[in-house]
Amino acid sequence: MSTQHAKAAAQFILNREQEQWHNETLWFVRQKRDNMAMRIPEWEELRELASQIKMHTVSRLDSYLEMFASEAERNGATVHWAKDAKEHNEIVYSILKSHQVKKLVKSKSMLTEECLLNDYLIGQGIDVVESDLGERILQLMGEHPSHIVMPAIHRKREEVGKLFEEKMDSEKGNSDPTYLTHVARKHLRREFLTADAAMTGANFGIAQTGEVVVCTNEGNADMGTSLCNLHIVSMGIEKLIPDLKSLGVFTRLLARSATGQPSTTYTSHYRRPKEGGEMHIVIVDNGRSAIHGDSEHIQMLKCIRCGACMNTCPVYRRSGGYSYTYFIPGPVGINLGMLKSPEKYCDNVSACSLCYSCNNVCPAKINLADQIYLWRQKLDSFRKADRIKKLMSTGMKFLFNRPALYRIALKIAPVINHLPRILIYNKLNAWGYGREMPRFAGESFSSMWKKGKIKKTNNQ
Amino acid sequence: MKIGLFIPCYVNAIYPDVGIATYKLLYHFGLDVDYPADQTCCGQPMANAGFESKAFELAKNFDEMFDQYDYIVAPSASCAAFVKYNYPSVLKGSHPCRTSEKIYDICEFVHDVVKPVKLPGRFPHKVSIHNSCHGVRELHLSSASELNIARYSKIKNLLSLVEGIEIFEPDKVDECCGFGGMFAIEEPAVSVCMGEDKVRSHVAAGAEYITGADSSCLMHLQSIAKRNKLPAKFIHAVQILTSGL
Ligand code: SF4
Repeated sequence: MSTQHAKAAAQFILNREQEQWHNETLWFVRQKRDNMAMRIPEWEELRELASQIKMHTVSRLDSYLEMFASEAERNGATVHWAKDAKEHNEIVYSILKSHQVKKLVKSKSMLTEECLLNDYLIGQGIDVVESDLGERILQLMGEHPSHIVMPAIHRKREEVGKLFEEKMDSEKGNSDPTYLTHVARKHLRREFLTADAAMTGANFGIAQTGEVVVCTNEGNADMGTSLCNLHIVSMGIEKLIPDLKSLGVFTRLLARSATGQPSTTYTSHYRRPKEGGEMHIVIVDNGRSAIHGDSEHIQMLKCIRCGACMNTCPVYRRSGGYSYTYFIPGPVGINLGMLKSPEKYCDNVSACSLCYSCNNVCPAKINLADQIYLWRQKLDSFRKADRIKKLMSTGMKFLFNRPALYRIALKIAPVINHLPRILIYNKLNAWGYGREMPRFAGESFSSMWKKGKIKKTNNQ
Repeated sequence: MKIGLFIPCYVNAIYPDVGIATYKLLYHFGLDVDYPADQTCCGQPMANAGFESKAFELAKNFDEMFDQYDYIVAPSASCAAFVKYNYPSVLKGSHPCRTSEKIYDICEFVHDVVKPVKLPGRFPHKVSIHNSCHGVRELHLSSASELNIARYSKIKNLLSLVEGIEIFEPDKVDECCGFGGMFAIEEPAVSVCMGEDKVRSHVAAGAEYITGADSSCLMHLQSIAKRNKLPAKFIHAVQILTSGL
């Protein structure tokens, strides 16, 4: 009864040392987030506000989108609408082509990962360079992100050192993080200077002003957009918020939740094209408007992609980003994957013990765990329910709805305590993997109660 | 005040002593306690596995059976939370749900309703509290570590009434133990890994005993401690509270 996630997780845990390192590294980020959250007396109010602002925006999304687009165009940007990943990629390519772009530098964008933009553009002959350090490492390794905020978190610095020796001619055996960062900086500097266009994602789109806000720690978005005359922004429709005043709520929450910093090093506002340049904003749906119509899951549109739910998730920390079959892992990814295609991504629904920690850290107060519970209820209707779980649930239903039979079962149960180990601890018993069976008591509570062994009377 | 005792299926079969301690404690406070004989399971195992509809009959019977009491008390935070938060939706549209408002975990009930200022008995041991997910994040038995709210712990308050006790908590104070019902068998590797980490952190905190309000988590941890021959003893909080009774 193993899902893909369960199998991949078991594989990940085989290397217990690596698993522990991963677990503790992400837990450290959760602790940093806690330190920040506890220092803001109005933290819980901010979360509530963020949730309400997002729900408000989502409930009037059409008018805010119109407002954003007309303001953006008034500022001199060109707005494009993409209904899906394919359209998004084609639009981006057509802009690049009409400007004879050979090299594109990108800052981090999960939306372009979602659209598989890089592969598409490379296929069209464009040189695509990721400029976020983590993304660049993965690009050179030929891997994709295992975390949405710290994409290369599963890689240790020694591995990065080796990679840089090979690709950037760094000193042999030197994996000092500061040294490696300097090497990457020099390497990327060349890429920035020779690029023809810059691409960024968007953390927020401000409807009132038509500007996009990008939060980075490395300043790479600004390097790209300052040096190139062409700036393309890729933005999901759910990134909108009403105005600059509401932005303040989110910038206070985002970095604190994501990495435990008071704010990201750079919070860049892009309102109009640079002088003599062009700014294109591609607004992407790619399934988001369908979420809008789903009352059980509409809350997913509040997500600001901070990754806090992943850092706190005890399952994610112990199974790593690659154990999930959707490109976004953790509680947020389980839900977004199911919204993308339940048939395709249902294997991740097992990756949750329903501990509810994600609900509590989410800065937008998304009920992530409740939604996972709801997805489990639906698996059977997609014919994706686990056969054994279904059988066990049916068996339990049968037994528990028959109190007399239940009492007989209780009486017989202690026999199990004395069965030979081989009958109990075998492949069929997943409990026995790493655990002893609990021992049934000689006599159950209900039997003792019935015989009057428990109830006291007042004169006793 | 009439109290209906709910002893969840696995407590009934595996930890009857926890049930007895629950009864004893309520009786000690002079309360009128009854145990409806036809109770079985709350239905949580099926529902969490994705078969909420298979819990409907159980929820309906439970609601009918326990409606006659002023309070329903159970020595299992997770089961109490299921009745409290999930029954209304399990029964929605087909049957009124009257019990969700009346159910309490035993620690919650004693702390919030009985409010004792002293308890007889001594328990001169080092115990580490296992703050279970559903106890913390659904029933609010203690302040969840993620939230910026005033710190409190109802179990700690209660245990502090027992003389001689030394109370500890593990690192990652309310991280999941990895049980999660069917999760334990669907994701055995992660589940066991979580459980091993949890037992070790309780032991590292200095625990002779690991205690808490959720027998299901304690059962999971005990099974893991036993397999790994880890030096930890397990006891439900209510058994400590009744050590002088
Ligand atoms: S679901 Fe919430 S916690 Fe998770 S990434 Fe989105 S905003 Fe952050």
